[in-house]
Amino acid sequence: MTWADLGPLLWQGAKETGYMVGVSTVLTAIGGLLLGVLLVLTARGGLLAARPVHAALGLIVNIGRSLPFIILLVAIIPFTRALVGTTIGTAAAIVPLTVAAIPFFARIVETAIREVDRDVVAAARAMGASRPEIVFKVLLREARPGLVAGLTITVIALIGYSAMAGVVGGGGLGDLAIRYGYQRFENSVMVATVVLLVVFVQLIQSLGDLIVRWLSHK
Amino acid sequence: MIQIEGLRKAYHSRGRTVVAVDGVDLEVREGEVYGVLGRSGAGKSTLLRCVNLLERPDAGTVTVDGVDLTALPERRLRQHRQRIGMIHQHFALLSSRTVAGNVAFPLEVMGVDRRERAQRVAELLDLVGLGDRARAYPAQLSGGQKQRVGIARALAGRPTVLLSDEATSALDPETTASILELLRDLNRRLGLTILLITHEMEVVKRICDSAAVLREGRIVESGRVRDLLTRPGSALGQEIFRLGPPPDLPGTTIVDVTLPDDSAGRSFVADLARRYDVDVRILAGSIETVADGQAGRLRIALPGSAEVNEAPLRRLREAGLAVEVAR
Ligand SMILES: Nc1ncnc2c1ncn2[C@@H]1O[C@H](COP(=O)(O)OP(=O)(O)OP(=O)(O)O)[C@@H](O)[C@H]1O
Ligand SMILES: [Mg+2]
Repeated sequence: MTWADLGPLLWQGAKETGYMVGVSTVLTAIGGLLLGVLLVLTARGGLLAARPVHAALGLIVNIGRSLPFIILLVAIIPFTRALVGTTIGTAAAIVPLTVAAIPFFARIVETAIREVDRDVVAAARAMGASRPEIVFKVLLREARPGLVAGLTITVIALIGYSAMAGVVGGGGLGDLAIRYGYQRFENSVMVATVVLLVVFVQLIQSLGDLIVRWLSHK
Repeated sequence: MIQIEGLRKAYHSRGRTVVAVDGVDLEVREGEVYGVLGRSGAGKSTLLRCVNLLERPDAGTVTVDGVDLTALPERRLRQHRQRIGMIHQHFALLSSRTVAGNVAFPLEVMGVDRRERAQRVAELLDLVGLGDRARAYPAQLSGGQKQRVGIARALAGRPTVLLSDEATSALDPETTASILELLRDLNRRLGLTILLITHEMEVVKRICDSAAVLREGRIVESGRVRDLLTRPGSALGQEIFRLGPPPDLPGTTIVDVTLPDDSAGRSFVADLARRYDVDVRILAGSIETVADGQAGRLRIALPGSAEVNEAPLRRLREAGLAVEVAR
């Protein structure tokens, strides 16, 4: 295979990976934040302490976390069809990616928020802050460096998961590596995709670290 | 200014019940600095956190500035909290906000608009002597500076009452002194009523007008510091003067004499020697600066039993000295 053939293939794969990871990152950030905040608030001694709710949310998160991605991908096919109308293609891959990443990120969010000094929350309450003010101006704000670091880890995990998206015809670099590099013994494709993935991960990690450094004043 | 009546708070964890505050009554008068002294685990923090209802008491009422806080619904309670400042042992500043941002926080909660906020923040930082550090982050400040930010933040809502939870316990002695100085100054200049809890006698000695001693969730004594010092058997007096247990000197009467604030009573040793021709031996003594005045206690030994010394002891009492036979 020549570079002229390889170029467009790689570009196409990179675009698909970028699209899948990009969209599922946005959805995961929203879903994971929501779920993570709820986990913290409903915990014992939390601002909205509700044990049954906490236990239920915890169970959902644990189920999501315990399924290997490749199994989850197949297991939720009916759900994917109901949601996006198809089970094949890039859009169909975004559903399992998001479903897998939300519980993962939710736990990170929970941990990051737990790290926020209890005294600071007490101080805010003593100043008359309301619960929404405490969530948005204290918890989420103080946890920002941890949240961004956690999101970075999540995005990188999503890049890993997205390599398996080929199973549902989602395309992407991982799919390229398997179809050309593994099944057709095109070593150049294999090497090129691996290099591209490494570059992706490096860039995202560096960007994440940069933002964390900029946000943290500890 | 603050009335606490029948306050009780228990914690339940893993089937065990800890009664942290066990029926406390306490009154803090307007404009005074009131110290609650107690060992670790005595229930001090719990007591203080019940005053602004960070902790809901199981029983009892808390009245601040004429309003029974325990009877208020959540929304009204939050409004009232804005008028009660609080400072914390570990400062409890938002690490993601600058010094100015931290002081602005309560003003945002109160809905003060941006312009007025900036002005008020500048005023408050000047008041605590941090006008030049407005843009620094808490991590860049020393402990003493952090507590000053904490104090500025607590004063943002122009409170009538300030609650202090071990505000100086994380600071070195010199910084402690400067923070106590600042609190005393705010108390005088703004008429701020301060309720503080501490495990350091030094804090009570330096700035408190009144004090209570808390032990296992109960107040064992309370009153004006000056009165407590001269009250025989006072735990606070014993803590301050630290004369220790009396020595065993057969054939003598050992007496602890608490000296009054003015110097008039202080010549009693010479007076006794002259009048009764006794050898007054001084065994131990301590004179301490308390709030604005001085107080002292002297341990003396008189030859003979307590009965023999009845007349000299009566003479001391009549002179207005607090006398306690230690042995
Ligand atoms: N949230 C809680 N859950 C369970 N027990 C608690 C809780 N808070 C305090 N206690 C218990 O209540 C008692 C009083 O605690 P408190 O923190 O009021 O003491 P303190 O006098 O402030 O002590 P320190 O000087 O160490 O801060 C202690 O036995 C403590 O273990
Ligand atoms: Mg405490």
